[in-house]
Amino acid sequence: MNVQDEDRLKKLLQQVLPPIKADAGPERDLWPAMQRRLNTRPAAPASAGFRWAWFDGALAVGLVGLAALFPASIPVLLYYL
Amino acid sequence: MSNESSVVLNQFRQGDQDAFEALFRLHQRAVYEWILRIVRNPATAEELTVETFWRIHRAHGRFEPALGFEGWARRIATRAALDWLRMERTRRPESELSAETLAELAAPARTDPAVTAEIRLKTALAFARLPPKLRIAATLAVVEEQPQKNVAAALGISIAAVKLRVFRALRLLRKDLERMGITP
Repeated sequence: MNVQDEDRLKKLLQQVLPPIKADAGPERDLWPAMQRRLNTRPAAPASAGFRWAWFDGALAVGLVGLAALFPASIPVLLYYL
Repeated sequence: MSNESSVVLNQFRQGDQDAFEALFRLHQRAVYEWILRIVRNPATAEELTVETFWRIHRAHGRFEPALGFEGWARRIATRAALDWLRMERTRRPESELSAETLAELAAPARTDPAVTAEIRLKTALAFARLPPKLRIAATLAVVEEQPQKNVAAALGISIAAVKLRVFRALRLLRKDLERMGITP
């Protein structure tokens, strides 16, 4: 993509999504909403409990597979834990 | 930084509620405007402004008064907006745009009459399909024409990384438009 293509795309984007006008404040005072939020008991974050990510699962399966196929690798794995 | 604001920032760091309210009232407009530039929807921007200050409130102990409040708040606001873009991407099918966006795109072109409603719609769709990290960089740097230094600080990356993300966003956008039969 050359500079001219880039400029054309930028102009097209600015036409499709015109910039937000400066000094566009909220229509209402947000402090009451903030107070409500502060007064609600925070929900437990999703990461609070123990959760398996797909990557963790794949890694565990890989390690178990490696240990099953090559039992001699178990001491090496334990050493690096 | 005046002595008075320095006192407020230190009090906020120690968890003082009045100091937090003072900072909220002082910065809510700027935070809202920054978020609106990213999400482009006033109701969502209001929600995310509250979410941003909620995160700020929780993180008061990690705040460094010497580094200033505005930049810190902007960075947290950008993170909140990025989280929202990611969530919206999984919740809303990629081919869908909000009713307000569709109405806006159907209106006559503001500058170039050659840019038809169809081109505007397809461009908006292609832009909405960009990965959120690239989309946010392109929105701030290209659409909103914010200084790259500010975009880099808000995203917590270098200026070179901002340039790279904008370049990748435009390249992906171009490919997607070409796939839809539009040569920009």
